[in-house]
Amino acid sequence: MIFYNNPKPKICSNPTMSNSSTSDLLKPFKLKTKQQELLIRVSILCLVYILAFITRLFSVLRYESMIHEFDPYFNYRTTLYLTQHGFYDFWNWFDYESWYPLGRIVGGTLYPGLMVTAALIYRLLHFLRFAVHIREVCVLTAPFFASNTTLVAYFFGKEIWDSGAGLVAAILIAVCPGYISRSVAGSYDNEGVAIFALLFTFYLFVKAVNKGSLAWGLASAFGYFYMVSAWGGYVFIINLIPLYVLVLLITGRYSMRLYVAYNCMYILGMLLAMQIRFVGFQHVQSGEHMAAMGVFFLMQVFYFLDWVKHMLSDTKLFQEFLSITVTCAVAAGGIALGVGVASGYISPWTGRFYSLLDPTYAKDHIPIIASVSEHQPTAWSSFMFDFHILLFLFPAGLYFCFKRLSDATIFIVMYGLTSMYFAGVMVRLILVATPAVCLISAIAVSATVKNLTVLLRSKNKVAQIGSTKGTSSAKASSKASLDQSQPFQKNGAMALLFGAFYLLSRYATHCTWVTSEAYSSPSIVLAARGAHGNRVIFDDYREAYFWLRQNTPPDAKVMSWWDYGYQITAMGNRTVIVDNNTWNNTHIATVGRAMSSYEDEAYEIIRSLDVDYVLVVFGGVTGYSSDDINKFLWMVRIGGGVFPVIKEPDYLVNGEYRVDKGAAPKMLNCLMYKLSYYRFGEMMTEYGKPPGYDRARGVEIGNKDIKLEHLEEAFTTSNWIVRIYKVKPPNNRW
Amino acid sequence: MGKLWLICIASISILLPFLCNAFSPETPTDRRVLVLLDDFAIMSSHSLYFNALKSRGFDLEFKLADDPKIALQRYGQYLYDALILFCPSVERFGGSIDVAAIVNFVDSGHDLIVAADVNASDLIREVGTECGVDFDEDPSAMVIDHIGYAVSGTEGDHTLIASDDFIKSDVILGGKKIEAPILFRGIGHAVSPANSLVLKVLSASPSAYSANPKSKLSTPPPLTGSAISLVSIVQARNNARLLITGSLSMFSNRFFRSGVQKAGSQIKHEKSGNEQFLTEISKWIFHERGHLKAVNVKHHRVGETDEPALYRINDELEYAVEIYEWSGTSWEPYVANDVQLQFYMMSPYVLKTLSSDKKGLYSTSFKVPDVYGVFQFKVEHQKLGYTSLSLSKQIPVRPYRHNEYERFIPAAYPYYGAAFSMMAGFFIFSFAHLYSK
Repeated sequence: MIFYNNPKPKICSNPTMSNSSTSDLLKPFKLKTKQQELLIRVSILCLVYILAFITRLFSVLRYESMIHEFDPYFNYRTTLYLTQHGFYDFWNWFDYESWYPLGRIVGGTLYPGLMVTAALIYRLLHFLRFAVHIREVCVLTAPFFASNTTLVAYFFGKEIWDSGAGLVAAILIAVCPGYISRSVAGSYDNEGVAIFALLFTFYLFVKAVNKGSLAWGLASAFGYFYMVSAWGGYVFIINLIPLYVLVLLITGRYSMRLYVAYNCMYILGMLLAMQIRFVGFQHVQSGEHMAAMGVFFLMQVFYFLDWVKHMLSDTKLFQEFLSITVTCAVAAGGIALGVGVASGYISPWTGRFYSLLDPTYAKDHIPIIASVSEHQPTAWSSFMFDFHILLFLFPAGLYFCFKRLSDATIFIVMYGLTSMYFAGVMVRLILVATPAVCLISAIAVSATVKNLTVLLRSKNKVAQIGSTKGTSSAKASSKASLDQSQPFQKNGAMALLFGAFYLLSRYATHCTWVTSEAYSSPSIVLAARGAHGNRVIFDDYREAYFWLRQNTPPDAKVMSWWDYGYQITAMGNRTVIVDNNTWNNTHIATVGRAMSSYEDEAYEIIRSLDVDYVLVVFGGVTGYSSDDINKFLWMVRIGGGVFPVIKEPDYLVNGEYRVDKGAAPKMLNCLMYKLSYYRFGEMMTEYGKPPGYDRARGVEIGNKDIKLEHLEEAFTTSNWIVRIYKVKPPNNRW
Repeated sequence: MGKLWLICIASISILLPFLCNAFSPETPTDRRVLVLLDDFAIMSSHSLYFNALKSRGFDLEFKLADDPKIALQRYGQYLYDALILFCPSVERFGGSIDVAAIVNFVDSGHDLIVAADVNASDLIREVGTECGVDFDEDPSAMVIDHIGYAVSGTEGDHTLIASDDFIKSDVILGGKKIEAPILFRGIGHAVSPANSLVLKVLSASPSAYSANPKSKLSTPPPLTGSAISLVSIVQARNNARLLITGSLSMFSNRFFRSGVQKAGSQIKHEKSGNEQFLTEISKWIFHERGHLKAVNVKHHRVGETDEPALYRINDELEYAVEIYEWSGTSWEPYVANDVQLQFYMMSPYVLKTLSSDKKGLYSTSFKVPDVYGVFQFKVEHQKLGYTSLSLSKQIPVRPYRHNEYERFIPAAYPYYGAAFSMMAGFFIFSFAHLYSK
């Protein structure tokens, strides 16, 4: 800002060098205003780029360079395979260590974008003679792409508003907790690169619409291809863009630019997306992609009508022609869709898609989706937590967008509104809304600050308005000069400006605090505060997985609830029955049934699946609440959904889920209860409490005398978080 | 020459323990047998049976059941391959032997013969329970049969039974038919319904019941009819073989030698069937008969010889296994026409009977089903009397690679034609449009 306030704006006057001799020396280096602005912009962007990266490194500093959570372990394992065996083996990889005995065609059931990206970075670094391990590349991929996202946000902001808004957008998105939650170092998940790809595709498309050039349309098709290769969330793009086009058509903003951009993007994007095996022919066969196709045909109808209008001079005749054509087109489209759906050629919408449109759908129909915590409807607090002031700036930004409607602002408004709705439906979709919220808020911040500063400087600048400033600020200033009559206007503007800076600084501190406290935990290593305020680390997961790796035969099969499947295969290197790729509900239900049956019934199921070890997660000793007992009702529900012998009321007492003496008898004797609480009744967990006091649920357990017949305890980690049981062979003499 | 001798002797003395190591997969027949007795008089009163065993090469070691020095294992190694408990009245074994030790002995693959008798101790009953049979709970109960008794000089209580209700298995009882009935005097037992492995070799007749012959029958006897088992066998899952009987005297010289005439039957046999029956069944118990081994499991694609790490769907493959039967002295080819192979993933996708070349080699070939997953080659050969063979070998089956599909499909030629004609047409059109003016 000091550059602007300089009375002689053409001279670079760094305050430390203000004496005349140095300024004489620096004369050759003097920069023009434009150059100064460019320099500032570039340096701000560089700083934001670095900031976005380093703010995501808390987890590495607090813990270590490690992969977080559940899904990233699968991504890491596949990336490792990709770098070791090459692309074609990866593409054709049949993984027989998961989903025993069904196996999984990994190459055909994943979005390879993330792995290929990481492998390419790894190759590049090795080509440059940086001998890094692939794990480090994986850990830092998400922060790296978050940094790239800030650049995209800048250009996007510049495209829809101006470069000031772009800069603010870049800063906001760099630290926004909604995005950081999925892109801290170690969070090696599809979303890490997908948000970059999503925003990049949108940017390229908006650019293509603004420019109307085939080249930008082609670029957006490739951006879309990268997005499709990276994340299933590409469905959002392929539905939002047609919706946007439809809105433009309805509001009479149809143009040749739009026609070129959409057709190029849709046709090429579709052809490219078909190259991803997991997506395949879905673009022409699945109900979720039909909107894009319908809009594509509608565009042709519009083009045709435009041409006819051009040829016909009689407006009345054209009106009639229009009504007939539109009716026919809509009818033909409707019939085609109906026939396609009826003949089974077009698959109906999937449950996941339904659950997005109707938040209560999953709860009633698909327990496996409802059971995932990140699929729950969002609480207000988490909006506040993830967006902070952006939540208030968002409507303000919408106001500014509506005030200056253009094709680009319509797009960002639609993106913001739809993604906000989806963010309300599912917690994890806050991530998708974050870029839109940041961009729209950036417009609000930028426009407000600009107006206020113009107001502040109006007196000084009145003389030079016409000469140096752009038209937009000139307009704003002239408006400001109209409001000259208001009293204390300058002081008010100053106060507002300070208020804005105060809010933004609060936002920065909030973001840093959230990142460091909430979003940097790897969740595979747990941390707690000890009695004396010291940090206690529970590294039980890795302890258990390494025990499996070291002490069990290489072809041993481990049964656990699906949450831990990816980790067991990646870290324990053992075969699992089910894992986080929940593609086969029946198989998961079988495991759920085994866990909720009595031991002898469960033993039959366990034997039929050739299980050697059973792994359960138990938090009763440490008070770790996301353990298997707390997830148990979902096992019952999912198991009962396929096998009606499992009934949820059998495990509840008056609709209440409890594990103490008042618990249901089936609950007290089911396999999960026995495996979790085996020998726990002898244990003193808290001073002043009876033995067998469960700290996660705060009760004394109901069945302390647990005898196991067909399983035996093989390993329990130091804090009892993971317990592994060995399945005994059938009795020798019986 | 002398040096050579020395080397020979030295090598033999080094190898001797290994050569004599009796129960091994290569020579399954037992060698060292521990016989626990109530008193040494049984040695002479049952000498025929013991001599029969000795003559077949068994090394019998007789000990009193309460001898404080007896032990089944030393330094973690079992000292014996089989155990004979001819001590129905022992209350407590001497040394380190107890029920758990006997159970462990069996569970580590060793054989056991238990003979109980009237007034069998709780200890012996407990051993019986562990093996899956329940002796009559009344300590003085005996098996009584007023119709199927053996005619003898001392007419009266009908506790000496002549039974000929054998299990129908040549493998267990030998190829030669046992003509004479078996003399039995002792306690009856029932096989536990929960136990699927225990078999009745010799059952009582439908008219038999189990009661105290000296007291009046006031309540219905708990065990009646052919539910009463006189001699039972168990082949455990690890192929340890067990024999349980409620009569010690059926092994005695007196029963071996005496003639038998079943009541109501005119035929009087000079000699009871006890000797033949018990000798034959001891051959089975001590793995001289009915012991199979499967070796050299091989599978490969047709036309190849190496075993692949995984198959592809629709591969043609060959599977072969060699099965031999132990004849007591050597491994002979096992000849059967009902050995089946399953290609199994949760359920058998392929079930084929293996064809035999009569020299022990069983083989088949089939096409891998059009389903990918982790399959198993499973041979579950469980035939009465034979050791159960259960071989399973895991093998993953993968789908086609991306370049293993056909490149050009005849059915798609119209589409290829359409695509290429479209391209050509577009090119010509563009050319004409751009340069026609």
